[in-house]
Amino acid sequence: MQYDVSIIGGGVIGCAIARELARFRLRVILLEKECEVGFGTSKSNSGIIHAGHHSSTGMLKGNLEWVGNQKWDTLCEQLGFGFERIGELTIAFTEDQRKTLSHLLKQGGEKGVPGLEIWEPERIRAEEPALTHDILAALYAPTAGVVNPYEACFALIESARQNGVEIAVDFPVESLSRDDDGWIVRGPNREIASRFVINAAGIFADRVAEMAGVGTFRIHPRKGEEYLLDKRLKGLVKKIIFPVPTPTSKGILVIPTFDGTLMVGPTAVETEDREDITTSLAGSDEVFASVQNVVPGISERDCIAEFAGLRAVADGDDFIIGTTPARGFINVAGIQSPGLTAAPAIAEMVADILADEGLRLDEDDQFDPAIPLPVRFATLPVQEQIRLAREDKRYGHIVCRCEHVSEKETVDSIHRGAHTLDGIKFRTRAGMGRCQGGFCTWRCMELLAQELDVPITDITKRGGGSWVAIPREDGGGS
Amino acid sequence: MITRKRKHIEPLYDVVIAGGGPAGLAAALGAREKGAEKILIVDREAEAGGILWQCIHSGFGLHHFKEELTGPEYAQRYLEQVLEKDIHVLTDTFVADIDRDKRLKLMTGQDGIQVIEAKSMIMAMGARERTRGAIRIPGGRPAGVMTAGLAQKLVNMHGLLPGRKVAILGSGDIGLIMARRLTLEGVEVMGVFEIMPHANGLSRNVVQCLHDFDIPLHLSTTVAQIHGRDRVEMVSVAPVDENFQPIREKAWDVECDTLLLSIGLIPENELSRQLNLRMDPVTGGPIVTSGMETSMDGVFAGGNVVHIHDLVDFVSQESLLAGRGAGEYVTGDHPPVDNIRLSPGENVAYCVPHTISTDRPHTVYFRVRKPLEKCSIRFGDVLEKKLSYVFPAEMVTLKVQPKFLQKFHGDALSVDVVPRD
Repeated sequence: MQYDVSIIGGGVIGCAIARELARFRLRVILLEKECEVGFGTSKSNSGIIHAGHHSSTGMLKGNLEWVGNQKWDTLCEQLGFGFERIGELTIAFTEDQRKTLSHLLKQGGEKGVPGLEIWEPERIRAEEPALTHDILAALYAPTAGVVNPYEACFALIESARQNGVEIAVDFPVESLSRDDDGWIVRGPNREIASRFVINAAGIFADRVAEMAGVGTFRIHPRKGEEYLLDKRLKGLVKKIIFPVPTPTSKGILVIPTFDGTLMVGPTAVETEDREDITTSLAGSDEVFASVQNVVPGISERDCIAEFAGLRAVADGDDFIIGTTPARGFINVAGIQSPGLTAAPAIAEMVADILADEGLRLDEDDQFDPAIPLPVRFATLPVQEQIRLAREDKRYGHIVCRCEHVSEKETVDSIHRGAHTLDGIKFRTRAGMGRCQGGFCTWRCMELLAQELDVPITDITKRGGGSWVAIPREDGGGS
Repeated sequence: MITRKRKHIEPLYDVVIAGGGPAGLAAALGAREKGAEKILIVDREAEAGGILWQCIHSGFGLHHFKEELTGPEYAQRYLEQVLEKDIHVLTDTFVADIDRDKRLKLMTGQDGIQVIEAKSMIMAMGARERTRGAIRIPGGRPAGVMTAGLAQKLVNMHGLLPGRKVAILGSGDIGLIMARRLTLEGVEVMGVFEIMPHANGLSRNVVQCLHDFDIPLHLSTTVAQIHGRDRVEMVSVAPVDENFQPIREKAWDVECDTLLLSIGLIPENELSRQLNLRMDPVTGGPIVTSGMETSMDGVFAGGNVVHIHDLVDFVSQESLLAGRGAGEYVTGDHPPVDNIRLSPGENVAYCVPHTISTDRPHTVYFRVRKPLEKCSIRFGDVLEKKLSYVFPAEMVTLKVQPKFLQKFHGDALSVDVVPRD
């Protein structure tokens, strides 16, 4: 059987493309090397939907940023992941930096980004009293938002799957070849035939392009470390705070995540190792030193977790989206910041490219854009909680005490695709709070074993060799 | 075997206790002793008793029962007393919300969501373990980095092993106990690494759990890097300089598949913060009177929620006072209010309770900042007690009688631990 399109890579870009193509009467499969989608770069994304004025229109990413930005409200309505336009401030400490703000304001105006304003210190202090008083001016952008990037991936792929897209996980692409009919994509124990191949392989996109015989660019992984702070600081800062950007990075930010906890970072360091998601002392020092200049009330003592991800930066620093000399092989590569923001626009662009290349896009009138919204029990009014817990006792049974996640929500997350501890964590927040899984790890393991009907020693943190516990020598084990 | 008939949840209790570990159980007995009638213990686990169930080693109860018990035996003794005294123990239930009108929202496994009211409340939520994020160990994020307590649960409650080759960061008591426990299970324990120049657990645990099993304890040493993508493959450890920064040139690698963390406990005070109780930044717990009452009228606290204890016996003792306080509060039988504030002085990190009174005897708990040999505790100028040594890891208790306190004329009494000359 031949697919019309195979998408290599289940990051937010691959997921968005899968979901976009699900609108049409096509046979589509998405191939992901990890055990769940969103487990690579997307999981570690800062989760910012950029306001739209950051990148210049001279670049592909500059245009897609603003077009993508405007599509998130509809997506969120249909798919129910965490997203809110909380606005951002880019802050200037010097007159030179103030000039950059004016430039950004002009750039945004030309693109049509609404609501941009330069704020003077008085306004800044009134709106964000925790910021240092040394700030000279700030550019306010109300169109900026925050999203839980992993939730977005899971929701996009659930919607795609619901509308007929197939997903193959644990499928690292090993080779590609072309014959008259199309492409053969080979993984460890399966091969997929498809007319078109979309290369959305992120950090590995250059290697996949090479496999297709069109290795014309290189990915230079740029590592970013992020530090998540205790809920205690919830509300200290209300908008995303950006320093004035440099050529390689948007700088160290203060990000009130969708869930309200603050996150600080990311660093920006080039690395050769494509598996290197380690955090470092230097990174943590840089982040906290930099953040304390902006918000003196933040201290490294408040850190509850840290992680790192790799940005897929391509030569030339822009997105590489388009056809290649290899017929039917389409690159969607070099998707670094503002890639998450641009993702829905990139997905539409890819559909257009496929149409130009001769793929018939017939709208599927069965397409259902919405997925069932997950219940966030802790956020419901008490009367609603009482009603739900009467209907299903599992709502009354706590699994994660830090983030107040019930057994029912955990079991639901498993039925919607989570089959690892991280899969549960990124869907429900169980294990994401201040005790970092000390309490809920065992409960989640039990529920995974029960719902997936596997031995408890088969449960992993995130697939592969990430086992959690082993049987005793004497074969014990409950 | 204790049998227990299911009770209905009532809309109003005299005393509601958040947490059914050793603190909550002892507090319930104290409340009953002082005449409180409707008493409810709320516990999120399937059985009350808290962390004691997984502490299957002995060493519990030496002070209180004058005999050496295991954790489960200690829990059982208390649980039996609690059930005999007809105290309602509501397990599988989580206090999701609490407010200053003493209303509690309970998530119960059996009875759904219930909102109840209390005349008095006791905070007995215990503590949680510090995690990797709190000390920011650089490196990858593989599976196999876990707190010693979680490993203890896997081994002792569920018959599983956390790994085959284990390194332990931190010499807290749970880490020491787990070094021995895992060795007995055939797991290779590569060593215990402690950033401080002294162990952080009880001396008896260092001897019985490490020395007796030839497990090396590396002082002034920390884990500088975690290696491994899917699962821990190795850790780099390094001695630290005087600012506790690892000296990377002197680092060495330890092959292991598991890193256990025993780097301290944090009082679990989410509910106390919801009530906006006044907190002591040193202990991480609420400020309490000699009757273990917090800054909020009718709200008491005891055990690890107030400050981290080394021995469960003292948790019980302190929480019994909290329970008595709550009992007296609901029966209107208040003792005289405190009239002396205790002020931590030289080489004293904190004192609990924070205030005492001149009319009755008190037990004061405190911790020193630095180890000291041949020293004296000075309790203002009214009492001096000689000690052969003090350690930050071992809580100091001091009983003080009214006859000394009545000599004191002031409102803030300084507690100091000074070298003996």
